[in-house]
Amino acid sequence: MSLPLPLDAAPRERPSTVSEVVESARLAVEHAFPPLWVEGEVSNFKAYPSGHWYFTLKDPAAQLRCVMWRADARRVPATPAEGLKVYARGELTVGTKRGELQLVVRQLLATTEGGFYAIALERARAALEKDGLLAPERKRPLPPFPAVIGVVTSPEGAVWHDIVAVIERRWPVVELVLVGARVQGDGAAEDLCRAVALANRLPALDLLIVGRGGGSLEDLWAFNDERVARAVASSRVPTIAAVGHETNVTLTELVADVRAATPSAAAEKAVPDRADLARRLAAAGAGLRAAVSRRLELADERVRHAATRLGGAVDRRLAATGERLRRQAVRMASSCDARLAARQADLSRLGASLDALSPLKVLDRGYAVARDAGGKVLRRVADFPPGGTFRLRVTDGEVPARAEARG
Amino acid sequence: MSAERRSPSLEEDLNRLDAIVRALEMEDVDLDRALALFEEGVERLRTARERLAEAGLRLRQLREAADGGLKLDDLDR
Repeated sequence: MSLPLPLDAAPRERPSTVSEVVESARLAVEHAFPPLWVEGEVSNFKAYPSGHWYFTLKDPAAQLRCVMWRADARRVPATPAEGLKVYARGELTVGTKRGELQLVVRQLLATTEGGFYAIALERARAALEKDGLLAPERKRPLPPFPAVIGVVTSPEGAVWHDIVAVIERRWPVVELVLVGARVQGDGAAEDLCRAVALANRLPALDLLIVGRGGGSLEDLWAFNDERVARAVASSRVPTIAAVGHETNVTLTELVADVRAATPSAAAEKAVPDRADLARRLAAAGAGLRAAVSRRLELADERVRHAATRLGGAVDRRLAATGERLRRQAVRMASSCDARLAARQADLSRLGASLDALSPLKVLDRGYAVARDAGGKVLRRVADFPPGGTFRLRVTDGEVPARAEARG
Repeated sequence: MSAERRSPSLEEDLNRLDAIVRALEMEDVDLDRALALFEEGVERLRTARERLAEAGLRLRQLREAADGGLKLDDLDR
């Protein structure tokens, strides 16, 4: 026995499906609320990999679920932090999946000074500073005479033409290489990074100018992108950043080696002035001539001075030598005299002994010397064969003689 | 193809000129050396002036080729 189901529990009208109800609510809400601004604090923020943002806006008494689609979210320069007070403009709807009242946010502004731009800027600046990229000692000097200069800018804008005009006037001795990039709007940051990297692949590159003309803060925003700043900071060659505006300095300009107020000013900083250089060359030429003529005068003066000193020295030397010669002559003469006298005495002594030894002296005393026809002195009996002739030398001449036969 | 670096730079010429003038101003450089330096200085001055006179701004555009290489095209003024 079973209890029959109470049929009167069934609704009298046809029940709606959940989808129908939520859809009706969605239509009613969307119809009732034109786009509106809502002020609140951000909570439970979540950025999905798809690029969509989900968060809650709340005040002390209530909260409202929010979604921001990728196309809108990407225009906000920074993600909101927990508790950030914001103004959100969008359309109310009912999310069908959860049946939740939802604000589809089209535009998000931070209520703080400078809004999301200031927040993004401060975040990027802090990150760059943490890595030392803003340190003044990182700044490199620009090459004084660059031969190849890269220019990262829009191929369409006036910037390229301004730079060409200035370089043509000041220093038309270079090669200017345009590396085109979008400088504002979607994808500008990525484009600028790519162009800076591409320029750095040129082996001969000496210098890189990155710039754009003036515009609103929003237009210039790519130059505050942390990625662009890092690309410029990592450039192999020195960089000049020129973003044409007066009030704010972009992060790209803070990391560049040199900052210029306008692209034209960047071009002026990039190259020397031909006229200046011509003057410098003229000065160098004058310096060269002055130095060498002074050097020649100096040499001339030294030669003259040396000649004077040499003359004096020779004179003095000659005088000294003359005196020495005279004295030497005197000494030589007297020494010669003495030696001659000695010699004469020797000679007379020798003469005397020679005289004593002379055989003629013996013959004087009555001796005779017998010699044969050849002049050989005959000393012994055997030297006189019987009947042999010989000659006798006596003191005043010779006498022919013959030996008698011996008995 | 890539942008070529121009041969001996003006910078070198100018630096050398400065060094030559300084050397000439020192008295202990002997005269032969001084005259040789002067001749070199005059020559450097001449090449620097010529280089300065040879005006010729070259404009090019750098792009990445389809194969990832560098592509440099001449640009009109």
